[in-house]
Amino acid sequence: MSGLEQAPSWALAGAALLLVLGASIILIGALGLLRLRTFYQRIHGPAITITLGAGSVLLASMLYFTAAQSRLVVHELVIAAFLLMTAPVVSMMLMRAAVYRDLRARRRDSGVEAGKVYAVAPAEPDAGPPLPGR
Amino acid sequence: MATLFELAVGYALVCVLAAMLLCTVRLLAGPSAHDRALALDTLWMCGMLLALVLGIRYGSQVYFDAAMLIALLGFVSTVALAKFLMRGEIIE
Repeated sequence: MSGLEQAPSWALAGAALLLVLGASIILIGALGLLRLRTFYQRIHGPAITITLGAGSVLLASMLYFTAAQSRLVVHELVIAAFLLMTAPVVSMMLMRAAVYRDLRARRRDSGVEAGKVYAVAPAEPDAGPPLPGR
Repeated sequence: MATLFELAVGYALVCVLAAMLLCTVRLLAGPSAHDRALALDTLWMCGMLLALVLGIRYGSQVYFDAAMLIALLGFVSTVALAKFLMRGEIIE
């Protein structure tokens, strides 16, 4: 690690704290992705990974490089702005695709009716087997 | 303080790698296709964060460009996947 010795200790302590916090939040988000039951619960796990976890790691990176190189290094803000702009778009598109596919395949057990916004249409009498939407 | 900082960086590396492992489990086991798309998107994000933590570990600015590129590609690929899952084609 270059420039670690001449960096002030308060900056290193702050960066270490932010790194530990961000890494724990990332792990918690991935655990949520693994453990929750339906897709509509599961999509909440990666949200904190992308916003809070990535934000903490980006702040730690900014703080560390600013302290180690003794000049202002803020180009991590580009990634932060990009993530804050794209994360809602990604989750909205994934959610719309999931709702569309679950409604079309008539999967009641997928949790698509949990918010009482969408209702699975009843199956037609001679419509054949439901669509194999996997 | 430098030793404490190196410990924190090691902890962050282990945590991000464990998160990538959990995402891989969901990617392989996910019951439906949109579960897999979500797990793949989280895997992209964890890869970007891994590049950032590696940049802190080695004190190099090169990893920042890699993280930027991974973030861009992750966004484009996830949007394309979601569009494909919804419509059956990407560019109509």
